[in-house]
Amino acid sequence: MNMIETHALTRCFGDLCAVDRLELTVGAAEVFGLLGPNGAGKSTVIRMLTTLLPPTSGRAAIAGHDVVKHPTEVRRTIGTVPQLLSADGSLTGYENLLIFAKLYDVPRSARAGRIGEALQLAGLEGAAGRLVRTYSGGMIRRLEIAMAMLHRPRVLFLDEPTVGLDPTARQAIWNHGRQMVRDYGTTIFMTTHSMEEADALCDRVAIMNRGRVAVAGTPDELKASVGGADATLDGVFAYYTGNRLETEGNYREISRTRRTAARLG
Amino acid sequence: MKSPAPDEPPPASADAPGRRWEPAEASPGWSRRGAAAFVRKTAVIAEMDLRKLWHDPFELATRAIQPALWLLIFGEVFTRIRAIPTGDFRYLDFMAPGILAQSVLFIAIFFGIAVIWERDLGLVHKLVASPAPRLSLVAGKGLAAGIRGLSQAFFVYGLAWLLGVKLNWAPQALAGVMIAVLLGAGLFATFSLGIACIVKTRERFMGIGQVLTMPLFFASNAVYPVSIMPGWLKVLAHINPLTYEVDALRAMMLRGGSSLYGLGTDFAVLLGGGALLTVIAARLYPRIVV
Repeated sequence: MNMIETHALTRCFGDLCAVDRLELTVGAAEVFGLLGPNGAGKSTVIRMLTTLLPPTSGRAAIAGHDVVKHPTEVRRTIGTVPQLLSADGSLTGYENLLIFAKLYDVPRSARAGRIGEALQLAGLEGAAGRLVRTYSGGMIRRLEIAMAMLHRPRVLFLDEPTVGLDPTARQAIWNHGRQMVRDYGTTIFMTTHSMEEADALCDRVAIMNRGRVAVAGTPDELKASVGGADATLDGVFAYYTGNRLETEGNYREISRTRRTAARLG
Repeated sequence: MKSPAPDEPPPASADAPGRRWEPAEASPGWSRRGAAAFVRKTAVIAEMDLRKLWHDPFELATRAIQPALWLLIFGEVFTRIRAIPTGDFRYLDFMAPGILAQSVLFIAIFFGIAVIWERDLGLVHKLVASPAPRLSLVAGKGLAAGIRGLSQAFFVYGLAWLLGVKLNWAPQALAGVMIAVLLGAGLFATFSLGIACIVKTRERFMGIGQVLTMPLFFASNAVYPVSIMPGWLKVLAHINPLTYEVDALRAMMLRGGSSLYGLGTDFAVLLGGGALLTVIAARLYPRIVV
């Protein structure tokens, strides 16, 4: 069974269709990267797949559950790490995990074990009792991924997980992601601006432009399609998005990205 | 569904591969399990808020300043000039329940801006994408407002006692006051959440918050009786839930106090209004992340 499937998925805001008849499939235990310039519609896709935003038309299903008809089943099946920093800075790392374990109905008998395991995987055992606002950006991201994995979701959504992080912290996030796939067979659906990230982490990528998939395939296939061995994903990206300057992406989106980057920095 | 093996604390391999994808708990059925899930998740949302307060209780101290100023300055002066007819009560006695209701109102109205703040942080996105019922997300905030309100009650009682207000210490009266404070705080917190989901930005909410709290306070019986108001204001006061909260508090907080509208009416308004606003705010809640 495909973990994510969309058919003619569309979301319009007034005259503008941010996502336009999108067709996507993502298989089990696959790491799928959605790439594209600002304003290409990546975040809108994630918001529809995570049940935050209803589609204008078309369908989307997570592990066979329709996002419109069975949102509660979808919510139980997925874990999400929004682009914004969403761990609560006024709580400790342990408390953040505890609250989410309760929200996701992790049985009382399993809570302590899951939380201990999550802290260990995220490398946060020593910081569990500290308020999250004292954490570094990389620590917060690792905590957020751990929070999203507590209920062992089949699909994990990561919206630009390494925006604003330094290279070491980025590497740690990538390792954390790979470990989730290896240990739990999680399917990962991520958006990113970083070609390096897509190359390092994704089994398959789709490049989105103006609400539609411009091209999809493995990173190697895409490189081959634009000129073989010495092509980079950067080259592929420029080729399929028309190499245009980033003129899109609205004020709110940009201020959000900068705010996230500032809080991480 | 296979019966889950007991999940042991660590080691990392505690979750055997065969059942790794089974949900931690089957979807709650409608009826009883649904109601149990609602109660549990409401408590979790309130717990989240109260844990934050526990780490930083400074806010509670600052919140106590405003009612103190009202009682000490406004109350003392107006008690002296006897400008307001308050029947058998000293003016200070008359206004003490009103000031409690006011401080609870101000705490509750603050929840709207707090949720916009949490939205800007990205926290609300995660709550809305979780399987917790929307009603719980809203009712949990209402409950948290209520518990903060109780801390205000504690403080206002202490101050009123020092000022010689004739307080009713009967246990059932105290319990009644606690319930009225919880309901009143929940009602105004969910009202505020609903507004926040409509206006969505802090700037707009600040403007609206000001425009709402002042009329709610002054078009009520908090610091003067409804009977001295002009006709049009009486109408407003009678549709203002704060009037019924104050009426109930005045009846139960003061020795010899009595209710003008009947405690049944007062609690019915608070409970019914709170439930209605919770349902409305829960419907509006997902809009805040769009």
